[in-house]
Amino acid sequence: MASETRDTRRGAAQGGMSFSLSDPTFRAIFYQILVVGIVVAVGWYLIANTLDNLSRRSIATGFGFLEREASFGIGESLIDYSPRDTYGRAFLVGVLNTLKVSILGIVLATVLGTVIGIARLSSNWLIAKLASVYVEIIRNIPPLLQLFFWYAIVTESMPPVRQALNPIPGVFLSQRGLFVPVPAADPVWKFMGIALALAVIVVIFVRRWAKDRQARTGQPFPTGWTTLGLLIGFPLIAYIGGGMPTALDVPELAGFNFRGGAVVSPEFFAILIGLTVYTAAFIAEVVRSGILAVNWGQTEAARALGLPSTETLRLVVLPQALRVIVPPLTSQYLNLAKNSSLALAIGYPDLVSIANTTLNQTGQAIEGVAMIMGTYLTISLGISIFMNWYNKRIALVER
Amino acid sequence: MKSGILAATAAALVFGAVTTAQAGPTLDAVKARGFVQCGVNAGLPGFGNPDSAGNWTGLDVDYCRAMAVALFNDPNKVKFTPLSAQQRFPAIQSGEVDLLSRNTTVTLTRDTSVGLNFAPVTYYDGQGFMVHKKLGVKSAKELNGATVCVQSGTTTELNLADYFRSNNMNYNPVVIESNDEVNAAFFAGRCDVLTTDASGLAGTRAGVAPVPDDYVILPEIISKEPLAPAVRHGDDQWFDIVKWVVYATIQAEESGINSKNVDEFVNSKNPEIQRLLGSSPGMGKALGLDEKWAYNVIKKMGNYGEIFDRNVGPKTPLKLERGLNALWTNGGLQYAMPVR
Repeated sequence: MASETRDTRRGAAQGGMSFSLSDPTFRAIFYQILVVGIVVAVGWYLIANTLDNLSRRSIATGFGFLEREASFGIGESLIDYSPRDTYGRAFLVGVLNTLKVSILGIVLATVLGTVIGIARLSSNWLIAKLASVYVEIIRNIPPLLQLFFWYAIVTESMPPVRQALNPIPGVFLSQRGLFVPVPAADPVWKFMGIALALAVIVVIFVRRWAKDRQARTGQPFPTGWTTLGLLIGFPLIAYIGGGMPTALDVPELAGFNFRGGAVVSPEFFAILIGLTVYTAAFIAEVVRSGILAVNWGQTEAARALGLPSTETLRLVVLPQALRVIVPPLTSQYLNLAKNSSLALAIGYPDLVSIANTTLNQTGQAIEGVAMIMGTYLTISLGISIFMNWYNKRIALVER
Repeated sequence: MKSGILAATAAALVFGAVTTAQAGPTLDAVKARGFVQCGVNAGLPGFGNPDSAGNWTGLDVDYCRAMAVALFNDPNKVKFTPLSAQQRFPAIQSGEVDLLSRNTTVTLTRDTSVGLNFAPVTYYDGQGFMVHKKLGVKSAKELNGATVCVQSGTTTELNLADYFRSNNMNYNPVVIESNDEVNAAFFAGRCDVLTTDASGLAGTRAGVAPVPDDYVILPEIISKEPLAPAVRHGDDQWFDIVKWVVYATIQAEESGINSKNVDEFVNSKNPEIQRLLGSSPGMGKALGLDEKWAYNVIKKMGNYGEIFDRNVGPKTPLKLERGLNALWTNGGLQYAMPVR
């Protein structure tokens, strides 16, 4: 860099840039324009060539098909969907199903991975060895096989729907999945949601105030307990105020299947557990490396300052460990989100599954694949941006 | 990962399609290459399935071989590309295969916006339902609320939705990509109902079910599934060849010619048979083939009836009757256009 700046200055001193390849400034600009030009030309050629080939074979192009009626069914959906809806809405169902399994998978894998990572460092020989065995077995088996394994476990080992296990009244476990009772629809649930949102806002203000006060007066404030109290208390007040409805929507065997309640389908269970267990093995190693990266002297120093052990962990060890943990953890989150596309193999209606059906019915493979790629790119970039923001926030600030 | 292959074939359409787009006459390309590249089902007994020795067998497979015989007089000058329901269209569109002979239903969309041309129907099928006997279901109309296992990317998926909609019934689909996994899920009990083409149900019951007699195929046939070989748009000569190879097998059966007696017909006085078998020349030239093309196909592969009986007929594990696939002279739908 330094020499380039010097060259530029010399060029400027000599009376501007000369249009010769021996001029370093001109050369640098020339090659950059050349590279960009080649990339654009190749891209344009590929697109033009594709469109030409498609029209030559009179294959339909464009995204108009998203407006047409999908007329295929989808097994599970977070939003209302029927075969009368459009391909566009079907695709949205797929995106939401992918997000559902990705977000839950990331949360569960983080928890499980952290526990196993710490267990591997345990001074208890048995726990440490069990954690090592887990990591070495799970991360060395392809995730697709693990999904088949979990799916087979559910479909082969569970009883048929008419002999469903009934461990707790109202809860049924069978090959069709886990059916649980849910509170019947009531306006109070909406008010509880609003109360929770309010609680979150109040918590943010209280924490800011507590931090301020501690900075001014040195007086610590029990923010942890206050937060917990607010988050539980606000919705509880709404619940009591709403008349404490206790009606339950209990699943019942009707015809071929259970009706009512909420269901965890075998497909969702298999993909969620499969991804969680697989990714947790990698996260465990990331966590272990992060903890080992913090020198033991740091803990000793914190203790010498009189910090209790929770504060030592929270204020000294964790911030330094997270600096090592977060970047590779981001990669694992991205892997989990992308691996969710394996759902296709076991029948969970994720976005790849639905987009594949769509592109098969419409024949518009290029648009379909482009939409799949675009969506995964968006999800992955979203995770990256969030994790980069988090990484910056927890980064050590040197004073 | 299957979707990877799919993406790759889509990519072939983006990057590599230049050559195939310019090599208009598929016939020349195939002759230069020395074999037909044929897209088939990866595992559907009776239609496209490798046997225990790894040889491809089935009705669809035999039509691939018939093409190889018409072109090279050798049923082995063909290479098979096993394709999933989802891979098949990108594969034929991009030129990865010359011919798609993979129990593919003829539909308007596929004929137009998917960019295919369909040869004559080689098997008239219809979608059916299979259930476990234990359920005591006698009719598809009793299936309200059932969980249905179905393979993704097929017309089956759409017919299923249409049927339940038009009968005001609900269902819960379990849509899985691979045929094997769909069957495994059904036989494990994940679903009440398995749905696919009736011929496929018969094949699955015969070949995959733990105890075939525990399962019943319901009487309702809910759709028309005319299965036909397909080629891509833009090469009429190649399309003509596929078309007339199929017609030749049907015409042979109608004329009473089969693989065993074909030599007796070479000197037949019947002008129709003379034209078909090349004794009076012209037909082969018109197609760009050897004059003996149909003779070779009948001699090596047999007529339509023989191909049917060998792969899916009453003496095979599928035990399918001719039904709609009987000749028009026997009350079926198989009818060859005149060879003249």
